[in-house]
Amino acid sequence: MRKFYGVELTSPLMLGTSQYPSPAVLAEAFRRSGASVATVSVRREAGGDTAGQDFWALIEQLGVAILPNTAGCHSVKEAVTTAHMARELFDTTWIKLEVIGHGDSLQPDPFNTLEAARILCEDGFEVFPYCTEDLVLCERLVEAGCEVLMPWGAPIGTGLGLNNIFGLRALRAQFPDIPLVIDAGLGLPSQAAHAMELGYDAVLLNTAVAKAGDPAAMADAFGKAVVAGRLAYAADPMEPRDMAAPSTPVLGQAIL
Amino acid sequence: MKITVNGAAVETAATTLAQLLVEQGKATAKVATAVNEAFVPTSARDTHALANGDRVEIVAPRQGG
Repeated sequence: MRKFYGVELTSPLMLGTSQYPSPAVLAEAFRRSGASVATVSVRREAGGDTAGQDFWALIEQLGVAILPNTAGCHSVKEAVTTAHMARELFDTTWIKLEVIGHGDSLQPDPFNTLEAARILCEDGFEVFPYCTEDLVLCERLVEAGCEVLMPWGAPIGTGLGLNNIFGLRALRAQFPDIPLVIDAGLGLPSQAAHAMELGYDAVLLNTAVAKAGDPAAMADAFGKAVVAGRLAYAADPMEPRDMAAPSTPVLGQAIL
Repeated sequence: MKITVNGAAVETAATTLAQLLVEQGKATAKVATAVNEAFVPTSARDTHALANGDRVEIVAPRQGG
């Protein structure tokens, strides 16, 4: 099993903490999913506002690894400063590097992501870059020091699943030793299972669980799907073929 | 002295970032800080002098995907 900066995850499910109907539902979703990682962000808090303090008290109780993000950042400077604040706030060198380049699709900015990754890796961060399945970008990110890659399945929050299976398969083949995580775009457990069947090491999702009618039940379903997908990949699936092949023996069939 | 805290104009008597956090009720809270878009670690708050027009960001843990 590939490790994430030396850490072996107990579950290939990474779960976001946003958009749940209540803190209690969030906690129940984590409990039932068995997720091993929680993504969090940093946001403004001044004066009498204590939302962040309350949120942290909840997250601490989950007993999972914390992966802070740089969500909403568009420039290298914003992302790097946010990463530094997150490192201190959450006492972790892990950072989900998100540098957005396109407003409608929330597609990562490959150029700024690479530049920020280079700076952060040199500064001792362990970078989880939100990227696309572009082989050249991923090669450059690895050269910059990233030991994990997190290509999108589809744009954030769309629930469209894996939009470029060929590209994701090529990425897996290109980087046999790098942990790969599908980050964003998943809507259904079957899509998460598919990602795992392609040999991916984990999936990261938020909206698909938080916005389900029953978030805790959906979290449970995703937790089971990633385990099933991982088992299937390890079991070496059969090759598909175009023509039918009878599974019941032809030999010995009665002539009637 | 007039500064900006999290995008809002603030009149403050604080001369250091640490004093500003006391003013904001965040002296012991789990927060991180930046001044004029540059990260200021906790260890430097006592000595980080504020100047008129500074833009201070105070952030806390929050939900994220």
